[in-house]
Amino acid sequence: MQATTSSTPAVPAVQLPGRRPLLTRKGWGAFCAALLAVCALAPVLNLWVPPDSAFHLSDYAVALLGKIMCYAICALAMDLIWGYTGILSLGHGLFFALGGYVMGMYLMRQIGTEGNYGSDLPDFMVFLDWKELPWHWMLSDSFAATLILIVAVPGLLAFVFGWFAFRSRIKGVYFAIITQALTYAAMLLFFRNETGFGGNNGFTDFKRILGQPLATQEMRMLLFVLTGCTLLGFFLLARWLVRSKFGRVLQAIRDAESRVMFSGYSPLPYKLTIWVISAMMCGVAGALYVPQVGIINPGEMSPAASIEIAVWAAVGGRGTLIGPIAGAFLVNGAKSWLTVVAPEFWLYFLGALFIAVTLFLPQGIAGLARKLRRSGGDARPLAGAQAEGRSPAAKEETRA
Amino acid sequence: MTGYLRTLALLACLALPCLAHALTPEAALAMARGEGSSRIAAMQAAIADDPDERTAAFLRALAANEVAVADGRALIVRNGQAQDPVSGETLPLPASAEGVMNNNRMRGAINAALAALDLFAADAGKRLQAAHAMRQGASAERLPLVDKALAQETDARVKQALEQIRASVHLNAELPAERLAAIATLAGDASPATRLLLGERMAAETDDQVRSELQRALRKIDDRLAWGERLGVVFTGASLGSILLLVALGLAITYGLMGVINMAHGELMMIGAYATYLVQGVFRQYFPGAFDAYLLAAVPAAFLASALVGAILERSVIRFLYGRPLETLLATWGISLILMQLVRTVFGAQNVAVENPSWMSGGWQALPNLTLPYNRIVIIGFAFAVLALVAWIISRTRMGLFVRGVTQNRPIASCMGVNTARVDTMAFALGSGIAGLAGCALSQVGNVGPDLGQSYIVDSFMVVVLGGVGQLAGTVYAALGLGVLNKFLEGWTGAVLAKIAVLVFIIAFIQKRPQGLFAMKGRSAEA
Repeated sequence: MQATTSSTPAVPAVQLPGRRPLLTRKGWGAFCAALLAVCALAPVLNLWVPPDSAFHLSDYAVALLGKIMCYAICALAMDLIWGYTGILSLGHGLFFALGGYVMGMYLMRQIGTEGNYGSDLPDFMVFLDWKELPWHWMLSDSFAATLILIVAVPGLLAFVFGWFAFRSRIKGVYFAIITQALTYAAMLLFFRNETGFGGNNGFTDFKRILGQPLATQEMRMLLFVLTGCTLLGFFLLARWLVRSKFGRVLQAIRDAESRVMFSGYSPLPYKLTIWVISAMMCGVAGALYVPQVGIINPGEMSPAASIEIAVWAAVGGRGTLIGPIAGAFLVNGAKSWLTVVAPEFWLYFLGALFIAVTLFLPQGIAGLARKLRRSGGDARPLAGAQAEGRSPAAKEETRA
Repeated sequence: MTGYLRTLALLACLALPCLAHALTPEAALAMARGEGSSRIAAMQAAIADDPDERTAAFLRALAANEVAVADGRALIVRNGQAQDPVSGETLPLPASAEGVMNNNRMRGAINAALAALDLFAADAGKRLQAAHAMRQGASAERLPLVDKALAQETDARVKQALEQIRASVHLNAELPAERLAAIATLAGDASPATRLLLGERMAAETDDQVRSELQRALRKIDDRLAWGERLGVVFTGASLGSILLLVALGLAITYGLMGVINMAHGELMMIGAYATYLVQGVFRQYFPGAFDAYLLAAVPAAFLASALVGAILERSVIRFLYGRPLETLLATWGISLILMQLVRTVFGAQNVAVENPSWMSGGWQALPNLTLPYNRIVIIGFAFAVLALVAWIISRTRMGLFVRGVTQNRPIASCMGVNTARVDTMAFALGSGIAGLAGCALSQVGNVGPDLGQSYIVDSFMVVVLGGVGQLAGTVYAALGLGVLNKFLEGWTGAVLAKIAVLVFIIAFIQKRPQGLFAMKGRSAEA
């Protein structure tokens, strides 16, 4: 963590770890396998293998996996801010929903005059007897602008909010509660009809993207591949971030913020940067989510949705990058299975999961796997091994 | 002999009009048959000159759809028996009897006529009610009746109400002087209805003097109404604030003093509300006579139920998470999910009905346009009683001393022989119990359902954040301040924008004072 390499020759130089490759050879192998699975295997199994074959990947599975990969991006974003920087956000659902809404606005405009009322305006506006588009719909016509806004809107909100919050050194539980209030307030705002986001129902009934129909199998597959590549790309980006000097400062902030400050660093730009990056990742996830699921409504901004993102990261294991992705797959897989098999049992399961993970698995599945591997003889420490909630900083901030 | 009898009968026939004359067969028939407007006219004629008990009985029968017409006469039909409305004798029901139908307009007229009859009731309260009811749609035809009632009225309040009816009719009189007098009378009554009446007259008035007089009266009424509205906002704000206070008091102990962030706090409130519901059920089943007192039993029941659940949670989960606030947050969120689902499984997902005891329903009419509901008043009082109790426990009892000691310095408190683990459990149970009390109070003003706690949890954490950790006084000011601020902004910008404005305000406030309203000083302030 001693990042200052200039001056002070009197102090014996600390042996900095040599620059290691981004991923190990085995890691690259696994990464390429995942890329191949997403980009080649899944399309072939879904599009060209006949439906009655045992190897056919059903449309349902494609939709489900695509959705979960969006969630996994959120979990990854959450991990960057919580697992590596020690800041728990309970408002990441807001950024996810904002990205989704930006995309939804574009998709609503793509419906054109094919809505129920045959008007240029989206149906809900006709229903509300509006005559023209409100100002914030101005750029929704252009796909290029939409692509920019998908990251710009969550990014800007995160920047403004984060700047105020981090500047006054709001952290820990305070920060969590205020982000929760933020997403709650936004949810109330989006529920209103007059804010121009479709109220309760949000946006749905999408027909086209870039002039191409959305409901075809090929388009679904394309979105699936796109989501998969985005997830893998973000994984590499996150990996690069946390292993850079920047990432090491973040982890130092997580473990002992005051010591980082005493060492001459201002935590504000570090926290703000990772916070905005994390929010933008969520925005992208939301934008990929909406065309696949076909609906976006204010429910995505509810505090419960945001806290679920945190639990994916916690289940998978904070402070490891692969953990939260696995956690998102595991929890959402369990959810889609349980809500079909025993709908009233799902919330018991989720609640118990929250408790069990915090009590018995503070490092999540990744931690468990590591422990098992280590007891199996492999004692090599992994990056981020010290990531744990029981850090000195966490201890300091409670009992005031 | 027969001659004597005949004379007597004749006399009786002559005397009858004097005693019970007001209702004649013709009048009864006119009220029961024909065009709506002619029936209403007949009704008004019947009550205008000396209405008697038979007229009242006939009108009541009309209102209850018990009048039929047969062979050109009106009959009261009850249980398959016909009765002559004039003489009261029972007759066989003619086969040709046809029930009288009343449309909504007729119904309104019948009720107005019955109300007018109440003007002469023996009970002053009933007379006052009748006078108020007559205010709506007062017309010139009613004047003789009102004048008559006024002549024999003794109660000052009823008299005033009657005068106002007269004035509201005279407001449209021909002579400007009469109108002026009417305005003077009406200006004394600052009710929204009078405001409307005067406003209508204002639009039609042509006389300059009357206009200026009307303007003055309107301004006077507006001033008084504005006060009512302002006080109303303060009251609803205080009411919301008192509920926030109850919710936040429990949090001030679990979060403020112990540093445990309990997302299941709302669900502990919900448990308190359901405990109230159960106690209500027990009283309805076994002690229906003492139903009004069920709340007295529900208060300790709600406290104990929530405190018990809280103690169990502390022992089984939260104990292992001390010093890890973010994990506590997640675990207690999990607990809240389980508790909500548990309640859904046991009681169903629908809201359950919790009734106010009769002494808590209704309200106190403070101003003509301001009624303060009793249940809200009781809750404001209750919140402050709980506050006093908590302040007393924390500052005056041995347990409070332990809690403060453990909060300030756990190892030293432990060295002094304080069983810190036990104190933790007790303190957490106390905070949970207070959440239960909040739930009990909420059951009296809102819906009781599995989602009860969810809607208050964000607000109540805001209260604690704003008030500053570890401070009861901060919690009180923050709760009341946020409640009143919220309601004021609500009247101005609408509920949602008000919520957002409050949130922005809190974020801005924390910029200035990161430690809340009342920052702790000294070493313990370094969080």
